[in-house]
Amino acid sequence: MADTLHLDHLRIAQNGREMLRIDATIAPGEVFSVMGPSGIGKSTLLAAIIGMLPKGFTLDGGILLGRADITALPPERRHIGILFQDALLFPHLSVGGNLAFGLPRGGNRKQRVAEALDSIGLPGFSDRDPATLSGGQKARVALMRVLLSQPRALLLDEPFSRLDTELRAQVRDMVFTRARAAKLPVLLVTHDSEDARAAEGPVLTLVRPDA
Amino acid sequence: MYKRTLAIALAALTALPAAADPDPTDWPAVKAEAQGETVYWNAWGGSEAVNGLIDWIATQAAAEGVTLEHVKLSDTSEAVSRVLAEKSAGKTTDGGIDLIWLNGANFAAMKEQGLLFGPWAEALPNRALTDPRNPALSADFTVPTEGMESPWGLAQLVFFHDSARLPEPPRSMQALLDWAEQNPGRFTFPQPPDFLGPTFLKQALIELGSDPEALQRPVSEADYDAVTAPLWAYLDALTPLLWRQGRAYPQNAARMVQLMADNEIDIGFDFNPNAAANAIAAGQLPPTVRSHIHDGGTLGNASFVAIPFNANAKAGAMVVADILLSPEAQARMADPAVWGLGTVLDLERLSPAQREPFKAASVGPETLSSQQLGTPLPEPHSSWTVALERDWTARYGTTR
Amino acid sequence: MDGCSRTGLDSALRHHPVSLLRAAPSLTLVMLLGPVAAGLAGTLLPAIGVMPALGAHQPGFGPVSDLLAWPGLPRAAGLSLWTGLVSTLLALALCFAICAAWHGTRAFVWLERALAPLLSLPHAAAAFGLAFLIAPSGWISRLIAPLAGWERPPDVLILQDHAGLALIAGLVLKELPFLLLMSLAALPALRPGEALATARTLGYGRMMGWAKTVLPRLYPQIRLPVYAVLAYSMSVVDVAMILGPGAPPTLAVQVLRWMSDPDLALRLRAAAGALLLLALTLGALGLWRLGENITRRLAQGWLTAGCRGRRDAAPRAIALGTGVLGAGALFAGLGLLALWSVAGFWGFPALMPSSFTAQGWQHAPLGPAAETAVIAGAATAIALALTLASLEAECRFGLVPGARALALLYLPLIIPQIAFLPGLQVLALISGIDGTRGAVIAAHVVFVLPYVFLSLSDPWRGFDPRQAAVARALGASTARVFWRVRLPMLLRPVLTATAVGCAVSVGQYLPTLLLGAGRVPTLTTEAVALAAGGQRRLIGVTALAQTAAAFLPFVLALAIPALVFRNRREMRHG
Repeated sequence: MADTLHLDHLRIAQNGREMLRIDATIAPGEVFSVMGPSGIGKSTLLAAIIGMLPKGFTLDGGILLGRADITALPPERRHIGILFQDALLFPHLSVGGNLAFGLPRGGNRKQRVAEALDSIGLPGFSDRDPATLSGGQKARVALMRVLLSQPRALLLDEPFSRLDTELRAQVRDMVFTRARAAKLPVLLVTHDSEDARAAEGPVLTLVRPDA
Repeated sequence: MYKRTLAIALAALTALPAAADPDPTDWPAVKAEAQGETVYWNAWGGSEAVNGLIDWIATQAAAEGVTLEHVKLSDTSEAVSRVLAEKSAGKTTDGGIDLIWLNGANFAAMKEQGLLFGPWAEALPNRALTDPRNPALSADFTVPTEGMESPWGLAQLVFFHDSARLPEPPRSMQALLDWAEQNPGRFTFPQPPDFLGPTFLKQALIELGSDPEALQRPVSEADYDAVTAPLWAYLDALTPLLWRQGRAYPQNAARMVQLMADNEIDIGFDFNPNAAANAIAAGQLPPTVRSHIHDGGTLGNASFVAIPFNANAKAGAMVVADILLSPEAQARMADPAVWGLGTVLDLERLSPAQREPFKAASVGPETLSSQQLGTPLPEPHSSWTVALERDWTARYGTTR
Repeated sequence: MDGCSRTGLDSALRHHPVSLLRAAPSLTLVMLLGPVAAGLAGTLLPAIGVMPALGAHQPGFGPVSDLLAWPGLPRAAGLSLWTGLVSTLLALALCFAICAAWHGTRAFVWLERALAPLLSLPHAAAAFGLAFLIAPSGWISRLIAPLAGWERPPDVLILQDHAGLALIAGLVLKELPFLLLMSLAALPALRPGEALATARTLGYGRMMGWAKTVLPRLYPQIRLPVYAVLAYSMSVVDVAMILGPGAPPTLAVQVLRWMSDPDLALRLRAAAGALLLLALTLGALGLWRLGENITRRLAQGWLTAGCRGRRDAAPRAIALGTGVLGAGALFAGLGLLALWSVAGFWGFPALMPSSFTAQGWQHAPLGPAAETAVIAGAATAIALALTLASLEAECRFGLVPGARALALLYLPLIIPQIAFLPGLQVLALISGIDGTRGAVIAAHVVFVLPYVFLSLSDPWRGFDPRQAAVARALGASTARVFWRVRLPMLLRPVLTATAVGCAVSVGQYLPTLLLGAGRVPTLTTEAVALAAGGQRRLIGVTALAQTAAAFLPFVLALAIPALVFRNRREMRHG
């Protein structure tokens, strides 16, 4: 289960022009922070890792999970979860439906969803409309949705930037704790040094290749 | 695509013998072949009365083993266009139309272009119940029918007025002009090419003293300008006195009936002696409306049905055409409570029992009796319709 | 992130359905353009004098010179241009004025609610209703009659006037709801509320602020629908016959008259006229584009010149008043048609019928109603499938359609129907499918598809790609993302597109008649056939039936999401 996420000499180019280069190894339970000004390509890096690079971009190098090369796999077979700054709960599904969406087939799904909700302090929320949740509650459901899909690595795209200061520390703490408990390699993209500090892991600051 | 079309057309014309067509003179064979056929009758569908009669004909046809489907048209030309399109596409068999209700210019055009099947009409058993010397049945707008179409009703131009508003209507074209001078804006006619427009022009042409012989021959054989000069002089005087000063016209007879109901005009006309009664029954006109004709008589013609050259169910179509000529169907059609078109049968040739329903049908006060209608005037050659329509459009239909 | 992956493409391509999906955009264009091209060829040949069925084999300029010699041509052609351009300009101006003055207010919500029934009202029915409202013997005149002491209606030319004003009014009334619908679909993505709020805090009046911050971005979004409106207005036949002048009529009506003339030789002139109409339409579109450029140039300085337009109470009232008046006229017309459907004799100057009868409803056209439903359902389903497949393929394979491909989509809406349907009929005859329900459905798809695509493409492309990314990262395949995330989240626009498609299908007359050989009777063919008899009662019955047939899908499009998502707050809005 516990694998290392290895970004092996990744090079992303837009229409042939190099955008960023990265070479990193992220151990299970480690949070690797990538910082840099907006427009530097942080989000593009995450898109490349989950396998959804937009048209016009090209990727060289390899993405390895443990010893498996996943560079050419479709996103759904990479087992890499992602959290964005918005919770992005599916508005047409209930809270429980959102959790079940990521849950692999089989087992007593209802019960597992209920247990998961208990564990994030939202017991009995299964039939609730996600639109009725508070910001913190949404963030917790989004995290649990990713974890239930049994990812082998977790990407975070500025997931705390929309939350207010108080909530922010709380959610951040929960995400890191859960990720470490699951021994997931975590790649955090942020422009907030507070986030990077709290991650207590290596920090890489991207600069423009021509700078 | 065009070359292929042509190739298919030629191949079809040469390769497929006409032997598959039923022989109209062998009536038992026609009836046998008609069993189980579906006949698509393309007929104008704008009247509940007519649609009701066709529904009833369909029940009669079903008893003969023929399924009759009424394809409701808003204009007969839709059916002509379709047969023409089928010919263009090289579809010389299994055509989409089995029977068309038509007459006049549409018949002349289809006959001339070889779009009709026949002759067959004179071989129908019930044809014996008609008077073979009746000129209305042997020629359609002077074009000899030659068995290419079968008659089913007699129509005559009849004017109508609301007796509550206009007790004494004008009874000639000249009287109409005089009346219009006193009552400007209270008369109009449907705009050509709607067939009633040219009908009014032809009625005026005849009444204004044109040579009747010239009208029976094609336009090309007549001194057109001399023959039509009185008509244009008349229209030059009448047009400014028309409804909307002749700057707009109703699109068709139906619109003219509406104008009558809306008290926009005082005199209307239609090609059905029973039109006023039908409109009153349908709630379109008030019960005070009465019919009248002009003193010298009015134009009359027959309605026919024809079978396209490529019809799929020719035998079934003939069976339906024969039903249309049956005393029961004719009596029903002639009943003013149903439709009120004149019968094409010679009542002398019917048995007393067959004659009874024709006599029983009562004519209301709004309808003229056959004595009052008199002998209809014959239609001019169909080329006159085309010429008058074209000339009228150039003179009054494009510039005002 | 574009929301769909291409990395798995190589493996995925080995699966058959995917290569089908990849072909979807091309297939869609073929379905649309094949019939149009074939039909045009079938019109071009007679226009140059080739019609073997009439014995005309020699190509030449005969039909064209015959057309040019027709004395009414300059007026008829001018009338088509004038009514088309003016009605489109007025409808667009009103659409913008109403949006500028009232978007985001309670009054606007009410106008929005009135849109669906107004869109469902068939053009011919709307024209009949309007005619009976404004004619000299019409209902408004009957209201005035007792005051003015009229026993007879005044003999004035209100309908069928030579300047085509009644026709323009009818077209504006019917096109305004369509343009509003298209604007409403495009507006949310432009975040007009924020732009307007910013402009107003900078001291701009509501209308001026909207005109300067939202309109310049909105117009490019609805440009193609505007072109479709212009082309439609120039080639419309039914409305022009009821409201337009008759001596001469618009070119489209005249071409139809020639096509239905017993003198079959006029078919050649009709074909030449149809091509001229096509050329005029293209010319009008060119003129419109020129106008766009000039306006853009003139507006550049004006946008930043600083005039604030703070006192806009009067224009706002006028915009609302015109909108309410227009909607009121259409609803009043519909109400009058309903009254006619049960009226006995109803003469001038009576405000109400003298008696009532249920006679008209006794022969309610149930068979044609069922046929209409089957055809509309099938044509819309096919159009929807092709549209969704194209949009999904565009998204999965990054097949971004160029502006050219989009313009092609509009060809069936821009080319006058009478210029290609007769040719299409011959094609159907050659292929042996004419007279079948399938042929009618295929012809309907040609007209339904552009509208479905139009209604759906913006919401589809506006879908947040991160939602798809999250779903993929959770282990969902592209197919699962489509069926379980994208489609349900876009249920509302999908249903709206379906309703629009059904309404378009219900309204089709010429394609149904020509390809159905008259054997596929729908509510519309029945309505037109009965209207030929001019009985207002029957016109009332069939017009109401047609309106109901087109309105029902709109009701469902509103009701289904409300029901399915009654517990999902975010899914109930937009």
